[in-house]
Amino acid sequence: MSASLDRTLIVMPALNEEATVGDVVREVYAKLPGVRCLVVDDGSRDATIAEARNAGAIVVRLPFNLGVGGAMRVGFRYAQLHGFDNVVQIDSDGQHDPSGVPELLAALETCDLAIGARFAGEGDYTVRGPRKWAMTVLSTVISGVAQVKLSDTTSGFRASGPKAVELFAEHYPAEYLGDTIESLVIAARNGLSIVQIAVAMRPRAGGTPSHNPFKAATYLGRATMALLIALLRPRVSAHESGALL
Amino acid sequence: MSIANYVFGIISALIVLVIVIEMLRRRRLRERHAVYWLLAGLMGLVIGIFPQVLGWAASVVGVSVPTNLAFFVSIIILFFVCIQHSSELTELETKARVLAEDVALQDLRIRELEQAATTR
Repeated sequence: MSASLDRTLIVMPALNEEATVGDVVREVYAKLPGVRCLVVDDGSRDATIAEARNAGAIVVRLPFNLGVGGAMRVGFRYAQLHGFDNVVQIDSDGQHDPSGVPELLAALETCDLAIGARFAGEGDYTVRGPRKWAMTVLSTVISGVAQVKLSDTTSGFRASGPKAVELFAEHYPAEYLGDTIESLVIAARNGLSIVQIAVAMRPRAGGTPSHNPFKAATYLGRATMALLIALLRPRVSAHESGALL
Repeated sequence: MSIANYVFGIISALIVLVIVIEMLRRRRLRERHAVYWLLAGLMGLVIGIFPQVLGWAASVVGVSVPTNLAFFVSIIILFFVCIQHSSELTELETKARVLAEDVALQDLRIRELEQAATTR
């Protein structure tokens, strides 16, 4: 069974999340027995590393901030080096409920990439204004590229099967928004099958989501640009460039 | 055109060339970065010595004020220099990122090996 928990690596990118990361790791271990949890510290200046280590996670410390994309690349490369079949990304702020992971893994039985979507029925996550338009445009275009109905393309709660892990270890985009938008385009263009699973999202344990219209408009612009560039880029294939490890 | 004006143009071009060649000689500048500057310096020198070349080139491409052609070519050269720098910056950022990933993974590996060695 390819999706069993002991072949699965939970990757949690963390930047200054000392308040929540320990609890999230403990919750993952409690709800998902047999799984390994890798916290990728993205240049935190607080006690994130110590908290994660105390909770029993494997901790990788990046020497400086690379963004979520860079942190996830480390996760995918770690999974590849240590023979994990699946990688599940979970936010270290407690927004994603680990009890959704088995559903995502079950979906990997038949496809390569499973996205935990916030708007697909469960939970009460809502956005409005330019951010909502951005998400609508993104999901329409990416659904077309991936030939499957996707409503929440910027969700960071996703599970990658063996083919996706192999592709992403080499080609996971490190730019801003690349980790969500461009990664889907790359996956779809490489013939990976993508599926969306409805999951409940919790409100963020720390920090508040931004409703500043200027920030939302900037987000719309950057997301559109990221999508256009992703579509313009030539195809990539696994085993192309040689990284050291 | 006064003789001072004529000499000033030639000396400016020579200063550019001397700086670029001296930096190349001392390995403070790599060849591929020097190409555009050498090109600019040489063009400045040729136009400084034979100002009529600029007038001729302007009439060939249909530019009525020859200095405008000089400004246009200068901007084009600066554009290529900037693009080259942006592109190399991107390349360096990618390399730094891959190195950071490798450092992080090796750091973890050393830690695990040390732990295994002390518990044995």
